[in-house]
Amino acid sequence: MHVINLSPLDLAIAALLILALAGLSLRLRLGVERQLLTSAARSTIQLLLIGLVLKVLFDNVHLAWVALMAGVMILVAGREVMVRQKRRFIGWWGFGVGTLSMFISSFTVTVMALLLVIGTSPWYAPQYAIPLLGMILGNTMNGISLGLDRLTQDAAQKRPIIESRLALGQSWQQSISDSRREAIRVGLIPIINAMSAAGIVSLPGMMTGQILAGTPPVEAVKYQILVMFLIAGGTGFGTVVAVGLAARRLFDERQRLRLDRLSQPGK
Amino acid sequence: MPSLRLQHLRARHVGPIELNIDAGECVCIHGASGSGKTLLLRAIADLDAHAGDAYLDDQRCSQLQAPDWRRSVALVAAESHWWGERVGEHFEGEINASWLQQLGLPEAAIDWQLSRCSTGERQRLALLRTLMQNPGALLLDEPTGNLDQATTYRVEQLLAEYRRQRQAAVLWVSHDSGQIERVAQRRFLLRDGRLAEEERGLRCT
Repeated sequence: MHVINLSPLDLAIAALLILALAGLSLRLRLGVERQLLTSAARSTIQLLLIGLVLKVLFDNVHLAWVALMAGVMILVAGREVMVRQKRRFIGWWGFGVGTLSMFISSFTVTVMALLLVIGTSPWYAPQYAIPLLGMILGNTMNGISLGLDRLTQDAAQKRPIIESRLALGQSWQQSISDSRREAIRVGLIPIINAMSAAGIVSLPGMMTGQILAGTPPVEAVKYQILVMFLIAGGTGFGTVVAVGLAARRLFDERQRLRLDRLSQPGK
Repeated sequence: MPSLRLQHLRARHVGPIELNIDAGECVCIHGASGSGKTLLLRAIADLDAHAGDAYLDDQRCSQLQAPDWRRSVALVAAESHWWGERVGEHFEGEINASWLQQLGLPEAAIDWQLSRCSTGERQRLALLRTLMQNPGALLLDEPTGNLDQATTYRVEQLLAEYRRQRQAAVLWVSHDSGQIERVAQRRFLLRDGRLAEEERGLRCT
């Protein structure tokens, strides 16, 4: 089977939709036309650039290049997790908690999939490694930022309760246990929902893309199932690690609740 | 026979504070709001960062695990906070039935839903929650703040009995000068971060 190539004209036709929407926004005074156009332009440029980067990467298969690409991806994801927090940890922890847990979970899961499941050769074949890591990272990033946000908000809100528990001689683990459990649960909900709705409500993007590109549907489905499981694993373990690290950081060596290690919301 | 000793204790604008409370003694502190009474109690319970140290007998706060210290030197906050649905979930074992009765609460209180308890009921239950852990020193932050006169007497009586039987050291923050007269062997005014001893009133016991 062959992929039908898209010409620039084809894309221009699709871009008319954006222009029409922007016109409507102007007409109805929605005030989003500027955002709409810049974000459309941004995604065009970003995607074209990444296309070029991937082309170069695929032509020069070398572990160092793949590792560099993966490193950049994880740093950007770590920053994204940080800026999404209402109350983030002050100093390196703000960036470190999310980034470290994504590194632990996403990398492990991706490498495991490449080595044990797909069995590409070489194992870091960028065609597989980069898209897989990207999908796992994107979802793990969501889970971790939801979980961390919930944990810090909850701890700030329930400070009197947590301190009462500490005053009764409970350990920090016991004192924060309710908030921690809730935060992990919140981080896991999106992927659980995505798995239960997959195929019925939504056709996952990856699978759709493969089918459009000519892959037989059943093969595409198998890959999608694999990716779902990898995402669930990456998100789940990543969130558990991140929330665990963050909970630990909320207490000092004398097991005092240290909300002063968080920034104020909005700053 | 636990005695509580504070040595150069300093937390934010409070201190340095030197204070010895003998086993079985009750010391009251009063002072304007914002003078740091709660801050002082929190520092002794090691819930806030502080300089200096506190000792229970010869056991030093900084050398014990924090939870162990807080079990022996127990803070009862002015407002009680609860995490579960029912009263019983917050107790590690039984509640001493005679204590419940002494505070004017029925034995069935252990099954109460907290959302249906009054502030005063919760305050008494929070006190029992701490007493059931048998602490050697008590840090009480206005323990009768939400109670009527009759119930206040009940609480004072129970605490006096506990103090005598356990030979516990008690540090009691109160705004009520009548109460201070009734319960304290020594009384201090906290002002500008320092403790000043005041004329002793009537002895309790």
